[in-house]
Amino acid sequence: MNTESNTRLLVDTLTARRDDFLAQWARTVGEDLRGRLSMAELGRELGELYEALLRALSAGSLDSHGEEFGETRSLLIELSRNRARQGFTPTDTARSVFALKEVLEPSLTGDADSVRAYLQFSRLLDDLGLLTSEAYLRTREEIISSQAEQLLELSTPVVKLWDGVVGVPLVGTLDSARTQVVMEKLLQTLVDTDSTHAIIDITGVPTVDTQVAQHLLKTVVAARMMGARCTISGIRPQIAQTIVALGIEFGDIPTNASLSDALRQALKEVALDAEDDVRGLL
Amino acid sequence: MTDRVPVLKIGEVLLVSIQTDLDDQMVLDLQEDLSHRIVATGAKGVVIDISALEIVDSFVGRMLANNAAVSRILGAETIVVGMRPAVAMTLVELGLSMSGVRTALNLERGLKLLRRIAAGRA
Repeated sequence: MNTESNTRLLVDTLTARRDDFLAQWARTVGEDLRGRLSMAELGRELGELYEALLRALSAGSLDSHGEEFGETRSLLIELSRNRARQGFTPTDTARSVFALKEVLEPSLTGDADSVRAYLQFSRLLDDLGLLTSEAYLRTREEIISSQAEQLLELSTPVVKLWDGVVGVPLVGTLDSARTQVVMEKLLQTLVDTDSTHAIIDITGVPTVDTQVAQHLLKTVVAARMMGARCTISGIRPQIAQTIVALGIEFGDIPTNASLSDALRQALKEVALDAEDDVRGLL
Repeated sequence: MTDRVPVLKIGEVLLVSIQTDLDDQMVLDLQEDLSHRIVATGAKGVVIDISALEIVDSFVGRMLANNAAVSRILGAETIVVGMRPAVAMTLVELGLSMSGVRTALNLERGLKLLRRIAAGRA
């Protein structure tokens, strides 16, 4: 008994009792998902899958990695992606595929040929089920990495506080990747807005250790090299104590307890500069 | 003979606009030229514009700091203007803070800063 006659047997069975099988498949999966997906949608999804599977089998293949199963695979990946977004577990998705085995089981006639065909078919379904798990995992990973990127972007805004004054409200811990992003954005904003003062507010930074302080200092020094005066504000009492206890030297970098103090100081300097400019013109 | 970076005199200010990436010989020549011009012209300020520089290595970074120190001894204040964000980030990563060098965002602000220094207000 070879693959060809096995697939023919399978195709014959699957074609002959298509409606019967499909209805039962949808019912089994539906029970499994306990109404978290509408029956109509489920029926449509499984129907497409069933047809694709049937077409691949008709082409005489039982190899899930083969060219004939390309359509089935892409359908399954799509299905798995959707389920992942809807919050189903990978087990739920894989079970949807495995359920077809249960559906087919009662139609086993008991003779050697049909048993062999059934076993081959179930091996195929195992492979396809694993594929959904893999796709699920990949989708999850994509979501996680895109969220990490968004978080990086979201958490580092550079805002213009006044003409010539920009502020960076930092929220969360500073690591070297974030420092890089903050620095890049801050320096570029300095150039774009022609600002002479920058205020880095660390109210939202939970802890300042030597590493975080190092990153802060780097940012301040870089801004200073571009010709801007950089202040660190929002230092909470606890953080001030930690900084002193750790022996971190902020050197001649101006620091303030609150953003408003830092802004007032910056505005004073900006006003002074403007005054000088007027005097220079006269 | 290698190219030399021109040193231009505007009033009491010497302007050095660096337009090409510097090799080591040009850096040394510039240092030489600048100190001589400060003495010859009695300039009170030097503005070095590096806005065209995309790459600044540690040698050039040190040269800028050295120039500032030399000019200060000769009675002129040095302002480095127009440093690009990428350059600033590279220098920080190299561990150069250029703490002895005054900087400004662009040429205009650099000249203003010089005036302010001359007036004793900065």
